[in-house]
Amino acid sequence: CPSSDREEADKYSVLLPTYNERENLPLIVWLLVKYFGESGYNYEIIVIDDGSPDGTLQIAEQLQKIYGDDKIVLRPRAKKLGLGTAYIHGIKHATGNFIIIMDADLSHHPKFIPEFIKKQKEGGYDLVSGTRYRGDGGVYGWDLRRKLISRGANFVTQVLLRPGASDLTGSFRLYKKDVLERLVERCVSKGYVFQMEMIVRARQLGYTIGEVPISFVDRVYGESKLGGNEIVSFLKGLLTLFATT
Amino acid sequence: MTKLLEWLLGVSLVGVAWGLVTFDLLDLQLPAAYKEVAWPMPVYLLVVFGCYSLATIGYRVATFNDCEEAAKELQAQIQEAKDDLKKKGLKM
Repeated sequence: CPSSDREEADKYSVLLPTYNERENLPLIVWLLVKYFGESGYNYEIIVIDDGSPDGTLQIAEQLQKIYGDDKIVLRPRAKKLGLGTAYIHGIKHATGNFIIIMDADLSHHPKFIPEFIKKQKEGGYDLVSGTRYRGDGGVYGWDLRRKLISRGANFVTQVLLRPGASDLTGSFRLYKKDVLERLVERCVSKGYVFQMEMIVRARQLGYTIGEVPISFVDRVYGESKLGGNEIVSFLKGLLTLFATT
Repeated sequence: MTKLLEWLLGVSLVGVAWGLVTFDLLDLQLPAAYKEVAWPMPVYLLVVFGCYSLATIGYRVATFNDCEEAAKELQAQIQEAKDDLKKKGLKM
């Protein structure tokens, strides 16, 4: 039956760029294996470690022995080189026709991946974006200040860019492989703005975007910084997108 | 056209329309009422937009979902994962 052949042929490559994720990597891999296993979809997990000094790569090698090197693919790099190039590097080695990007620190939960896949199949979307701002999407671990900054920044972004997606700085997404390739080629920004630029360029190129509400569990907020510098560089990046796209 | 250009175009169109009505640049002999209403419009619209923005952001912050259940579930699964991985031979 043609449609089930196509479904059997679909393979999902999960890109996990890691830096000092020795504690979290086994946990996220375990969750990925659990939910992919239950769903029956074909998958691989590509760990792109940027020379973590804490032994992340060694843990990854252990995981490879446990789950098999067809499921856990290691493509490390010598040093911290940034997200855009990590995606490019990962795509080169991906054998799937779909790519899932997500954070490796457990803020993104693999239980949403089957929902992403279902959404993508429903609408034939070129990319599916996890949103914290719609439906029953949300966040855990954010205080009022953080929520205010997040909603405020998102509002300004919506007014200026009218991007057709509710969550632009999110990094939990499913892309068709060739779509991700084309987009990463064209994107020049860094950090939060890089993820925004991907969505904006996707719209420019006429790609279709689906959304799935996700929960974002922030366990590192205490340590992570969202200070003046971050906000200023976000605004700079936003204005650049405003003026150039 | 970039978003910036779209905005400049939109603002120019609105600006021209406002100027035409307020200063009667086309000599249309519009009733005084039109001019009186048009003159404060730009400031009025900015204030309305400002209020709308604050209200919208306020509403969205107030209704921002707190995913308590998700956090609890994650904690439980982390423990499950650690136990299972230890069984499978992972040395953490």
